[in-house]
Parts: sequence; C-alpha cells; structure tokens
Amino acid sequence: MTNVLDDLKYTKTHEWVRQEADGTLTVGITDHAQALLGDMVFIEVPEAGTAFTTGDDCAVVESVKAASDVYCPVSGEITESNEALADAPEIVNKDPFGDGWLFKLRPTDENEINDLFDATSYKEIMEEDSH
Amino acid sequence: MPFIPHTEDEIKQMLDSIGVSSIEQLFDEIPKQLRQDKLDNVPLRMSEMEIARLMRERAQLDSASLCFLGAGAYEHHIPAAVWELTTRGEYYTAYTPYQAEASQGTLQLLYEFQSMMAQLTAMDVSNASLYDGATALAEAVLMAVRANRKSKSKRILIPRGTHPIYRKVVESIVKNQNIQLEEIDFDLQSGVINPDSLPKDPGDVTALVIQQPNFFGSLEEMDSLTNWAHQHNALVIASVNPTSLGLLKPPGLWGTDGADIVCGEGQPLGIPMSSGGPYFGFMCCKQAYVRQMPGRIIGKTTDLDGKDGYTLTLQAREQHIRRSKATSNICTNQGLMTTAATIYMSLVGPTGLKTVAANSHANTRLLFDKLTAINGIDAVFDSPFFHETVIRLSKPETEVIDQLAQSGILAGYSLSSDYPELGNALLVCATETKTEQDLQLFCDALSNAIA
Repeated sequence: MTNVLDDLKYTKTHEWVRQEADGTLTVGITDHAQALLGDMVFIEVPEAGTAFTTGDDCAVVESVKAASDVYCPVSGEITESNEALADAPEIVNKDPFGDGWLFKLRPTDENEINDLFDATSYKEIMEEDSH
Repeated sequence: MPFIPHTEDEIKQMLDSIGVSSIEQLFDEIPKQLRQDKLDNVPLRMSEMEIARLMRERAQLDSASLCFLGAGAYEHHIPAAVWELTTRGEYYTAYTPYQAEASQGTLQLLYEFQSMMAQLTAMDVSNASLYDGATALAEAVLMAVRANRKSKSKRILIPRGTHPIYRKVVESIVKNQNIQLEEIDFDLQSGVINPDSLPKDPGDVTALVIQQPNFFGSLEEMDSLTNWAHQHNALVIASVNPTSLGLLKPPGLWGTDGADIVCGEGQPLGIPMSSGGPYFGFMCCKQAYVRQMPGRIIGKTTDLDGKDGYTLTLQAREQHIRRSKATSNICTNQGLMTTAATIYMSLVGPTGLKTVAANSHANTRLLFDKLTAINGIDAVFDSPFFHETVIRLSKPETEVIDQLAQSGILAGYSLSSDYPELGNALLVCATETKTEQDLQLFCDALSNAIA
C-alpha cells in the first residue's frame, strides 16, 4: 500500500497540494502515481511566471513506462520550479511528497483549494482505481 | 503485405456490420469545403506496360547530360559497393524497425549513422534522419521554438541567401503555428550577410538560421553570426552541406558556443540525384535539446547476457506516445537512403570525404576562373565559395540554359526569378566528378552561347 499524507490535499489525477505559510501552494505527484508510473527518467517542470488555470497540463513526468501530463490543481502563477529534478528525476520516486515536489504556485482564487480532495477521499479514489 | 483492394462484396459486408450505408457516410463530418473530390492532374490509371514506358521516357530526359547544376542536389561519385550492399534483402526497407529483437542489423547501422553525423557536425546527438533538407529545416525551426525557453516571440530570422525552396517549405509548414519568419538580406557585393549590418538591439529573437554554404555557394561568417545570435538569447540553426564538412569548420565549433541545432540535405552522401528524390534530411543537436528533437533515435544498450544491443530510445518524444504533443507528427525517416549514406561514409572515410570536398572546391575554383575570363561573363560576389558560385551573363541566362541543354549540358540554376536584383545570374557547380576537359567543354559552349 502506498503512502497518503493526512495534511495534504489531492486531485483525482494524482497530484498533491500543500498549503505553505506564505500563501503559495507546493504541488507534486502522489506516492501512488509514482508507483504506477515506475522509474522516472525525465521531468519537465513549468517556468516561473507562467500562469495556468485548473486542469491545464503544466508539467510532464516521463518514466520507463509512459510519459504523463501533470495537471494544474488550482489556477495560479508559478513562483518556483524544482530544478533539481532535471538532473535527478528519481527523487520523485524516492520522496514524492518531499524533495520530489514539482513546482510552487500562487493561487488566483484561494476558494479553489476547497474543491480538492482530502486524504480520506483520495484513498477512496485510489481504491476505485485499483478495481 | 498483400496489396489487394477490397471487393464490392467485402466493402458491403464491412459497412453492414457497422451499420453504415456507404463509405461516403463515414466522411460526413468533414465539411464540404475542406474536401478534395477529384485530383484533376492525376490520370485515372495506366497499365504496367504504359507506366514502364512512361518512366523510361522520363528517365531518358535526365540521361547523358554533363551536369553543372547543383542548387541543393549534387552529383558525386558513388562507389559501386554502396548500392550493391544497400539493396541486399537484409537492408531493403524504408522503415525504422520497432521490433528490436528482429532488427539488430538495421538498428546498429542507424546507430553508426548517428555516430558519424554527430562526429561530422561536431554535435552531441543525431537522429536517424528526416525526409529531406527542406523539411529538416522546417522541423529545426519548430524545434527551436520549443527549445528556446528564454524566448516568447516565436520570431525566426532566416537569411534571403537560404535556398528559396527551403524557405518556401519552411513557410508552408510553420505559417499556421504563429511563427514569424523574418528575412535578413545578403550584401550585394559579398553574397553573404554582413555581420555588422545586424541590429544592435534585435529584440526577442527565437532563432537564427544560417545556411552554410548559402544558396549561392558562398561562405557565411558563421562565427560572428553565431555569437551575435547567442548574445541576444537566440538559438542557432545551421543548415549545412555534409560534403562541405570534409573541409569546413563543423557547426558544433561555430563561434564561442557552437550551433544549437544542425540540419541539412543528406543526398550528397551516396544518393543519386535521380530526378529529385528520394533524398534524406539529417538533424543533430546539443545534448540539452535532445528531448525536443523530432524523429527516431537509436540507442545502444546491454542485454541480459551482457551483450551490446540496439533499440529505439527517448520515444516519449514521438507521436505514438504523446500524440498531439509529440515533437513532430512526421516522425519517420528515410531508412534506405540513410543505409546508403552510412555505407558511403564508411567507404570514403574522413580522408575520402575531405578529398571529395577539396576536389569539388578546386574544380569550381578553376571553372570560375575560366568562366570569368570570358568576355561577357562576370563574377557576381567577391566572398569565398565552396563548390558552387554565381556568374552573370551578358544575355538572359534562361536562354543560355536552354541552348546548352540541346548539346547535353546542364548549365546551372537560373537565379533571376528568385533574385531579380542579380540580373542574368547563373548558379554553377563543379563537383569532383568533372575533368578539366569537361570544364573546357562547358566554357566553350557557354562562350559560344553568349557570343
């Protein structure tokens, strides 16, 4: 069973979101997603300053099995991207909720955060996925 | 694969099983104005005998000529072994094989091709080829737009001295993708871009195209052009003649940082001119941009038994994985032409290629000196050239071309329609295949024609 952290928010498409003290959101892919995809070989992160709306594809994770888009969980502007992944994509496999974060963004509408799933609901989504 | 068309019965059977009344109904959703009903210029059908005769007649139009015509396709000596080996059953396919376990020979050959091209251009990586030189340049432009993350403008500077047909192909392919192509003029005296004429503050430029040699055969000042582009955060796309790299500095070493993307027409490497095709395009780039490169790439790996093995690699770039987000939707190559080119390069080697380049240059130099000594023929540009150059005639060059064709001489390429400011300008080329007698014959014929 893969890990789900209680203090994070989640999307149906397996992104996680952490609300930071400075009002920005850190986004990554879940432990479940990295386990399904397998060994990462390349991660393409968005550039700081780019604006996305909810559901836009804003990053690409490429594993030995597939190349998948990462969707923007909440509308906003990218403030920072995890440049370390360019040389070491395997960080996403090793520490998906920590050092394997993909990007940070400043949300345009904080209310959108309420539309995300909590850990319990995300576990149910994972359950359904595995059936 | 058998090439047997469906019978009316079979078509009816298939339509019945999906509940559609006619084939026409399947295309209903495509608006009428987007549909091409008939191809007016294509005859309905010909018999095998008629086609064989037509092709023989067409082929004869190309034979027995003493060729001084280059303009993008070049006559070089092709060692007999090249096509003897290429047309063996084991190699005789146009495709890159997906099934690595059944295709090690072809895959290894393509891997060798990539290694040779990377070495020839002094770049980090090469793909397994593209369609031709013109589409390779278009792909390079699209690639530069994806790869240059510092630029948002999608502005591409393309010199007027770039092959006119390449410029048309690039425009056709990129014009509906919000990419702006801006021309840079050449200096009328030198035939190349004067680096001092480039703007000090060009704004946001995505990439600069440098064709070397340019369409006139002249050598651009690629070091200053490359540095200028990099100073303004633009990528450098080099479109080069592979034979010329036997003598000239490879694009990977241009300026301080080298060109970023290198492409070109592979025909000079062992492919006959054969009325214009099939040829092949090549493309190389810096390691940093490999994930934006279109086309197939073959990689070398180790199998379970520890033996070397070859397979397609970095396939996430390709259309069967990323679909609409693929680097290109023309992700195919010219496998057979690439096979011939690889064998050609193996046979001639670096020394042979240098000799071909040096002899072609020497012949063109000699031809230029002989021609410009004739009354009524003048040099047009004063910059150095490779194996092609421009002369101006005292009489319309189109008439002279027609006149010489009657005596079996292809005199060159008429420049007046693409470059009217050059007057009666003729682009001539003499490769290593020409003897001094050939050159003299040409000079005498040309001299008579303008007298």
